[in-house]
Amino acid sequence: MATELGPTPVKSPASGGTPVHHGPKGVGEDNKILSQGKWATWLLAPTIIALAVVIVYPIISAIVMSFQKDAGLDPVTGLFTAGGPAGFQNYVNWLAQQCAAPGGGTVACPPGTLGGQFWSATATTFFFTVVTVTLETVLGFWMALIMARTFRGRSLVRAAVLVPWAIPTAVTAKLWLFIFAFEGIANKLFNTSILWTGSEWPAKWAVIIADVWKTTPFMALLILAGLQMIPADVYEAAKVDGATTWQRFRMITLPLVKPALMVAVLFRTLDALRMFDLPYILTGGANNTTTLSILVINQIRQGFNAAAALSTITFIIIFLVAFIFVRFLGANVVEQSGATGKGKK
Amino acid sequence: MKSPKFLLPAAAAGILAITLSACGGGGGTTGGGGGDAEQGLDGRGPITYVQGKDNSNVVRPLVEKWNAAHPNEKVTFKEQTDQADQQHDDIVQHFQAKDAGYDVVDVDVVWTAEFAAKGWLQPLKDKMAIDTSAMLKPTVESGTYKGTLYAAPQTSDGAILYYRKDLVPTAPKTWDEMMGMCSIAKANNIGCFAGQFSKYEGLTVNASEAINSSGGSVLDKDGKPSLNTGEAKAGLENLAKAYADGNIPKEAITYKEEESRQAFQDGKLLFLRNWPYVYNLAVSEGSSKVKDVLGMAALPGKDGPGASSLGGHNLAVSVYSKNKATALDFLKFMTSEETEKFYATQGSLAPVLGSLYDDQALVAKLPYLPVLKTSIENAVPRPVTPFYPAVTKAIQENAYSAIKGEKTVESALSDMQKSIESASAGQ
Repeated sequence: MATELGPTPVKSPASGGTPVHHGPKGVGEDNKILSQGKWATWLLAPTIIALAVVIVYPIISAIVMSFQKDAGLDPVTGLFTAGGPAGFQNYVNWLAQQCAAPGGGTVACPPGTLGGQFWSATATTFFFTVVTVTLETVLGFWMALIMARTFRGRSLVRAAVLVPWAIPTAVTAKLWLFIFAFEGIANKLFNTSILWTGSEWPAKWAVIIADVWKTTPFMALLILAGLQMIPADVYEAAKVDGATTWQRFRMITLPLVKPALMVAVLFRTLDALRMFDLPYILTGGANNTTTLSILVINQIRQGFNAAAALSTITFIIIFLVAFIFVRFLGANVVEQSGATGKGKK
Repeated sequence: MKSPKFLLPAAAAGILAITLSACGGGGGTTGGGGGDAEQGLDGRGPITYVQGKDNSNVVRPLVEKWNAAHPNEKVTFKEQTDQADQQHDDIVQHFQAKDAGYDVVDVDVVWTAEFAAKGWLQPLKDKMAIDTSAMLKPTVESGTYKGTLYAAPQTSDGAILYYRKDLVPTAPKTWDEMMGMCSIAKANNIGCFAGQFSKYEGLTVNASEAINSSGGSVLDKDGKPSLNTGEAKAGLENLAKAYADGNIPKEAITYKEEESRQAFQDGKLLFLRNWPYVYNLAVSEGSSKVKDVLGMAALPGKDGPGASSLGGHNLAVSVYSKNKATALDFLKFMTSEETEKFYATQGSLAPVLGSLYDDQALVAKLPYLPVLKTSIENAVPRPVTPFYPAVTKAIQENAYSAIKGEKTVESALSDMQKSIESASAGQ
């Protein structure tokens, strides 16, 4: 109870927006507020309409499509005919890895069909996500700590760190493709003859290395922003109290940077779960580097409706991860501000 | 940051939009173009020609020439990207929306059947008929679906076996003969043979060539898979065996066209299977080590020339076009002998007219033409099927495993067979 009460008083001054809004209302012009509300509606309308056209419509259209069968071939005319309603068949086919059987009905998808790759693609996607986000967090934190210090040429370092992030992913993928070519720099430098894009684990590591190289700066910058919000006097006070560097990092930096860190991790996780261009260009999805997004794109060429079902599934998976994350993250932020509040007193 | 819960709906909408928007364009599929195919047959007026990036600048001069002669039926050239996949998806989107603005479309040979089956391409018969008698037969087959011509062959492409004249006195005629010459490569400490074995469209090309060259075929005459045969097995086994015993170097599993060309030009290969474009680069690039020792021959087969896969592009008229009479005239203009010659000299694009391959002036300029003619005459179009995207994936996936030795040739072929059967079964 006590810890739950703790954050409440802390929170209201923190969410300072509300009191400020109450200020003018207190002055007493309710009509103004009302007309302001109307104004706001009108001003927001174009944005909302635009969003409805470019987001809501495609989403609904895609969900409707996912309940339609893909076009089948009329054996007599040789022309495609519309498939008709499918119910949940498209979804069931993906989840159970079932493919159409020649005589009607379904069979377990043989190797070489996209349907047989759903679970392996899901596993690959999660593997990439966990490994890349972990590496990026650790390296990003380290880079942020360096950039937060004052030293000569700091702005140069900050700008330089941003370069990989500024390069379009497709270009990054091509660059690493050359590096990881058999006659490429990677093999020459380490005097190895690894088939980077031609065998399973090297291919996976190639994707991970390229992704970490590209997106660590993003992580570093978000964490740096969080670091700079920590007032210097907190550190000074800790120093005066005789805290070691490690203690200062663990007891001050880590808890205070945690909200920023969690948002950065959330963003990267959602991004990594949608990973497409890097493996698509680097390996073409060979050697078990096919992610869910690659599978969706490949399926689009074979049938829109099954692809719509697969992207809806992908969405639900990513949504669930985001949901778990935000719930977990939200709980943590409250707990943390309570704990630090207590600690200070 | 204060209350990350607000992120949730926003994040949800964002993810959904991104994951789904890619397929927002599709609706139902047109059930054949019966009505549309009858419309606009006599229509004349301005039209649009759609083609991928005009890298060697051949289309613009042709369009200008046409426009000068036809002021009332001007052609607008719409240039797509240079990525085949993106070109395919762009055409699909416009046809799906029944766009009348895509009158004449440049279609990769492998898409022709798919687009025809969707009912998007105007059958080139009756009023729309064209004369194909002077064109090489395999190129016409590539534009034909279910006995009807849907697209006019415009440019072609066939495989050539490049070899080192200094190490091999005469080119091998058969696969076994070529494998027998691999001891020469070993003695010189270089790789013996390479094609394109990375897992992409090029692998479909190479695997189909192996299967066709030993007398098998991926699909039979009715478009059904026919891979459980001794011939198909012998073909794929040729590749798998050569990879296992090192006649195909290990790194070839990462090769696409450019990597394999580079290896050959660096003098690291005895034999290379590639397209005609390699010739110009191999004899002119400063770093090329094979400039003076470049030999060219048709692909080796079982007991004669092998069966190359066919590349190239066909021209098709959209059923939604309003000015089909103009479109047909433009199509004839773009496949005329004059245009074909211009393509060959200006863009090094292989002609579809047999006579041009014997044109001495042209051969002097493009010395690979006689070899290419043999190659194209013996070529087999890649599987002509409206399910090509699924068929090519099935071939790539399984051929890749078979070549790497991750599964036996038999099970790879039977999986290929089952995958293609499933793809064409519909739902």
